[in-house]
Amino acid sequence: MAGLIHRAWRNSFPHGIHPPGNKFTNRLPIKRLPFADELIIPLSQHIGAPAEPIVHRGQEVVRGEPIAKASGFVSVPMHSPVTGVIAGIELTPTAKGPKTKSIIVRPHPGAGQKVLYGAPQDYSRLDRNELITAVQDTGIVGLGGAAFPLHVKLATPPGTIIDTVIANGCECEPFLTADHRLMIEHADEIISGIQLVMKLSGAKQAIIGLENNKGDAFHAIKMRLPDKSPISARLLETKYPQGSEKMLITTLTGREVPSGGFPYQVGVIVHNVATLAQLGTLMPLRRGLIERVVTVTGPGVKKPGNYLTPLGTPIRQLLDYVGFSGTANHLILGGPMMGSSVASLDVPVTKAVGGIIVLAEERKIDEHPKNADPCIKCGRCLQACPLKLNPSQLGLLAAKRQYQAMEEEFHLNDCFECGCCSYVCPSSIPLVQYFRIAKAINREQLITA
Amino acid sequence: MKKRLNARVEIRTSPHIHYAPSVSQIMRNVVYALVPISLFGIYQFGLSALALIVVTTASCLATEHLFMRVSDRASSLHDFSAVITGLLLALTLPPGFPLWMAAVAGFIAIALGKVIFGGLGYNILNPALVGRAFVQAAFPVAITTWTPAFIPGRFSEFVPSTLTLPFLKPISPAEWINANAIDGFTGATPLALQKFEQIQTSTIDLLMGMTSGSAGESSALLIMACGLYLAFRKMLDWRIPVGILLSSALFSALFYLINPDLYPPPLFTLLSGGMMLGAIFMATDMVASPLTPLGVWSYAILIGVLTVTIRFFGGLPEGIMYAILLGNAASPLIASLTQPRAYGKERRSLFNRRQKEES
Ligand code: SF4
Ligand code: SF4
Repeated sequence: MAGLIHRAWRNSFPHGIHPPGNKFTNRLPIKRLPFADELIIPLSQHIGAPAEPIVHRGQEVVRGEPIAKASGFVSVPMHSPVTGVIAGIELTPTAKGPKTKSIIVRPHPGAGQKVLYGAPQDYSRLDRNELITAVQDTGIVGLGGAAFPLHVKLATPPGTIIDTVIANGCECEPFLTADHRLMIEHADEIISGIQLVMKLSGAKQAIIGLENNKGDAFHAIKMRLPDKSPISARLLETKYPQGSEKMLITTLTGREVPSGGFPYQVGVIVHNVATLAQLGTLMPLRRGLIERVVTVTGPGVKKPGNYLTPLGTPIRQLLDYVGFSGTANHLILGGPMMGSSVASLDVPVTKAVGGIIVLAEERKIDEHPKNADPCIKCGRCLQACPLKLNPSQLGLLAAKRQYQAMEEEFHLNDCFECGCCSYVCPSSIPLVQYFRIAKAINREQLITA
Repeated sequence: MKKRLNARVEIRTSPHIHYAPSVSQIMRNVVYALVPISLFGIYQFGLSALALIVVTTASCLATEHLFMRVSDRASSLHDFSAVITGLLLALTLPPGFPLWMAAVAGFIAIALGKVIFGGLGYNILNPALVGRAFVQAAFPVAITTWTPAFIPGRFSEFVPSTLTLPFLKPISPAEWINANAIDGFTGATPLALQKFEQIQTSTIDLLMGMTSGSAGESSALLIMACGLYLAFRKMLDWRIPVGILLSSALFSALFYLINPDLYPPPLFTLLSGGMMLGAIFMATDMVASPLTPLGVWSYAILIGVLTVTIRFFGGLPEGIMYAILLGNAASPLIASLTQPRAYGKERRSLFNRRQKEES
């Protein structure tokens, strides 16, 4: 009932929050970032098996050449973002902390850096399996942050009927504007990416969903769409987390993805516009993913903007370029609601990084979080949770370490850690943090049991 | 309400921003909303009401402080919740209530209403009502001795019963009232008049607070205005008062239609006694009310129906206090029966919950 009203009147889903947008960079065109002295390509920057290196130390590579191959179906290859020489295959720090194996490429100072690799292909003649392999060869993963290999998502189980492709241009996280700029400047590529996905899935229609703070992008796309196109664009309420897969599906189609299930079960697939733009760009040329747009913004940057960044660029160099000289404690990788802190500035930009937010003040790492007050049962978290869970109750159970009950009675595993509940809690209870711990412990017990 | 971005990151995992009024900000706003009502009570009833408000609030604060010291916990006075309890308690008492009894009420409210459950956030019942229910049982005469509003000398002298010494029989204010006030005043509240003598008080008088009654339950208009302030700041759940008022109006209309001579019209039910104060400020105690959407409505309707039932069929003229206490006591059960249907889940009916999980 409430869902119907929200959809009809506001183009939205029930619940959610309205954090300040802070989209300072939404008028700044995408700018290319110069190459760093050394690029670091982690072999595991997607969900699934790590890629396997196919180069050796000292080997010369050209820009766009594959340097690691997929090690299975749920895995993607890596391509060299630069013409240069392989400086080594080493363990390097990652955003999450533990070190991981990475290929290090050193650019040739004099090289022209044209993408030489790849050959145009007419993919309209490929059959489904060939297409999926071709997509895998591009190395594209979900660029919205999920980093799930695109071709796996496209290979829906036999028998599933997809009627609608959804292009996710919501970019509901505060600060981030990379997708916004892409939709303005690369609408054509996004549209051809959508067409490819429609062909693969057999869907008859596609909807591009944007939050209504991106009116200019909406018009840019509208202009590119012919009359009577099966692709349409819709402006939606600016509300977090409008861009989460489940919420967007509900807003646009009124369908609910079953708990623990996948969107294809209700006949839709959702892809981020950045992913689709890369698909539309790379597939016709048969190239690999070597760069992406990253929004660098926040009170601590002198030259905020949307930078087309070679994958593997160390954050340190990126930040040097935009004018910042602080430590890792100033940074958030991704958006402020779901992004992560980094442990070191030597972490590279990977396929899933859409933004870097630089805070003005250094965060105190070891400072004890502000003591939470007890839950006053104000109900704000219930009214914020887009999945209609009961974060208050979950929080109380977590404090009592009743992790099992959290899942059995209150659907802990459905929580996708969007952070709405923590955002609105007057008692500053670290609800999402509790839920992460609880999930991890439940998982562990499942393994040991 | 202007939003401010709180970029001070306290925990290194997401979300990295947080925007919410703190608990003490919410509580402070509730206090702000209660101030005009208290001031109006003082304007109506004079010095005695002022003394009453000061004593209950001080008693609540002192009790809270004492227990926090004893249990070695950080002082919780800054969260203002004890002030709310004190104010609410005073507003439900007759203006001439002996001060020592008021102090006892404040102590009981905090000690038995809140501290034994573990403090703010853990109490099951509204603490102010616990205090009030206690003195209702302990001092049945004093709690039903009313003084008229707007007595000429109210700002220069206390109602004599106010200053009763501990453990002495309160001085009846009747003589003092007769000396001071309009002839023929019985000391009865509109509710008692209606219930026991079938005398109707005019709606205008009820709205404006021109009647006798407890220190803060008189001007329905003012209470509504203060409640609206909180509701607009999203610090009060509007569904609870709306649910209570609607359900009690409908329920009492039923009786009024059957026998208009015996039962009061619904509007009178809404405006008289502690209905407004109770529905807007007491039933909405966040901690003691359910927080599931369906639960909130069930809770409100339960209180509305119970209030009317007690008023019409119980021995007391006023029912809202016990109705809310019952509602509070029932709210954990209500909450557990009305868990919302989570996104992407089948609706769980009340009875097949267990089987489903086992299968
Ligand atoms: S983090 Fe989980 S519980 Fe909290 S609002 Fe998001 S989905 Fe709901
Ligand atoms: S928002 Fe915080 S204080 Fe309010 S009910 Fe939820 S957990 Fe409790």
